[in-house]
Amino acid sequence: MEKSLDLINARIRDGSARVVTADEMPAIVDELGEEGALEEVDVVTTGTFGAMCSSGAFFNFGHADPPIRMERVWLNDVEAYAGIAAVDAYLGATQEADTQDRVYGGAHVLEELVAGGTVELRATSHGTDCYPRRSITTDLLLEDMNQAIMVNPRNSYQRYNAATNTTDRTLYTYMGALLPRCGNVSYSGAGTLSPLANDPGFRVIGSGVPIFLAGAEGMVVGEGTQHSAGGGFGTLMVTGDMKRMRQEFLRAAVMNGYGVTLYIGVGVPIPVLDTGIVRSTAVRDEDILTDVIDYGTPRRDRPSMATVSYADLRSGTIEIGGEAVRTSSLSSQRRARAVALELKDWVERGKMELTLPVRRLDPAKRAKPMRETAITPRVRDIMNRQVISITEDEEIRVAAKRLLRGETNHLPVLNGNGTLVGIITTYDVSKAVVNDGRLRQVRDIMTRQVIKTTPDEPVDIAARKLEQNNISALPVVDATDRVVGILSAIDLGKLFGGRRQR
Amino acid sequence: MKLLLTFSRRGQHDPGREPVIARVVKETGVLVNVEKANIDSMAGEVLIDIPDKDADLVRRRLEEMGVAVRVMENAIALDESECVDCGACISICPQEVFSFDDGWRLQVGAARCVLCGKCIRACPHSALSLQG
Repeated sequence: MEKSLDLINARIRDGSARVVTADEMPAIVDELGEEGALEEVDVVTTGTFGAMCSSGAFFNFGHADPPIRMERVWLNDVEAYAGIAAVDAYLGATQEADTQDRVYGGAHVLEELVAGGTVELRATSHGTDCYPRRSITTDLLLEDMNQAIMVNPRNSYQRYNAATNTTDRTLYTYMGALLPRCGNVSYSGAGTLSPLANDPGFRVIGSGVPIFLAGAEGMVVGEGTQHSAGGGFGTLMVTGDMKRMRQEFLRAAVMNGYGVTLYIGVGVPIPVLDTGIVRSTAVRDEDILTDVIDYGTPRRDRPSMATVSYADLRSGTIEIGGEAVRTSSLSSQRRARAVALELKDWVERGKMELTLPVRRLDPAKRAKPMRETAITPRVRDIMNRQVISITEDEEIRVAAKRLLRGETNHLPVLNGNGTLVGIITTYDVSKAVVNDGRLRQVRDIMTRQVIKTTPDEPVDIAARKLEQNNISALPVVDATDRVVGILSAIDLGKLFGGRRQR
Repeated sequence: MKLLLTFSRRGQHDPGREPVIARVVKETGVLVNVEKANIDSMAGEVLIDIPDKDADLVRRRLEEMGVAVRVMENAIALDESECVDCGACISICPQEVFSFDDGWRLQVGAARCVLCGKCIRACPHSALSLQG
């Protein structure tokens, strides 16, 4: 049996459509079977509420008298992109205010407007014959704008990687604070309620489809930026009228140590046309798998520590390497349900009819990494290969001489096998002399927890290690912990002096 | 019970210039656990934890010495108008203060809180603060 969209819309119009939320669907299919569920259910509503950085809105402010061609625009000191006509601008959610005393950004301005607050518009221009004015400052409410059209380039990810951190320090990321040594796991996404998890083949979610966007009736524009459905990471570009949005579903947020983002509620109603759609909307948290990624690796490709389901994540703890690790979500399941429930109410009351995609999204497309034309400098390109080192059983006096003769401040310390076991600096030697003469050998004064690098590590990452640990050199080791070079703050200068050999 | 003590250090004879906590411990014999202290040149703020039964005694003596005392019953405060029930605070907290109820609403067990402040920084919506 199949069901036409016309039939579903006719039922919506006469108020007889059976609408359920996506988290109710698995039990319905268990009870009635796929054919029975197809007969019973007309629409499944989905919902998600979480951090969606790639969001923002176009504004048209209307013309002032005398008129101005706005070249730079700020809303509450947050700069908006004004390279579009005279009085239009796009304000991005993650743009931060020029003022330094608080973390405030585009998301806060968007929330302020939706909440009915006043926002200060400031704009400058060089002045033209047709637009003579050079600056303007005015207070605006959302209702004062001709248009406030939210257009979010990338919302509602199909799924999100979960995050953990194997390093020894707390990391502050877009996935929140990650405690050292896999102290916690952070995840995002609505699992069984997530819009794209209920239509992974992009059969009914596509361009032109009506949606719930932050409390307003919105629409899917098309594929979102970085859409990568082939790898399970599809995204949507969505739009909606900000004047109809509600603060409950649009909240500014600050990820400590990372920056500003916007929490948005997005929901898509799915017409139940055939058993294929019954099956995809019967997805459970148990069926939706994701990887727990180590954000301690500061590279594009980060290792996966475990593969888990959303049911595992929601249970509060998962296992990584035999240890129980506590999990917590960045997105709100409670508000995701509120989105799906309100959307259900809209459809039941005939407020929203459904549409099939006027253009389908590519379910196999994969996002590419950036093509980089400049060679990213690696540690091997600038490291000093003439390493002066010392063994751990030498006397401190010998170390002092070697430091002087080698005109260096750092001596990697090797054991009998030639592998790196520590490091000493001129400071360590001076301290040993000033204290008393009892400490005799290098091993008594060396630092054993050596911060080190490898030849193929990008220089940017090595430089961050120097900065974060407040040190001035890193031994460079190969896979067997043999020292092949040393990278000092001075070597970093080569990058700017143009002495690096390509 | 947790008490938040605040005192001035401006004048030479202000309580902040005196060893008030040591004096109270010595006089009353109550063991005081100092959980947090923040003292600068002008003023000081100290969080102490003491047995409930001794709270009145300790409080009275401190107040006699000029220290302002506030009982911290719900040490960590949740602003429900800001909270979106995401749960970012849950796995960050070393004391398991936060949890969800059956409807995914955030629950706060403030009595276990030691005011480490991790959740305050981790909350994306600035919904958590120290009481007061």
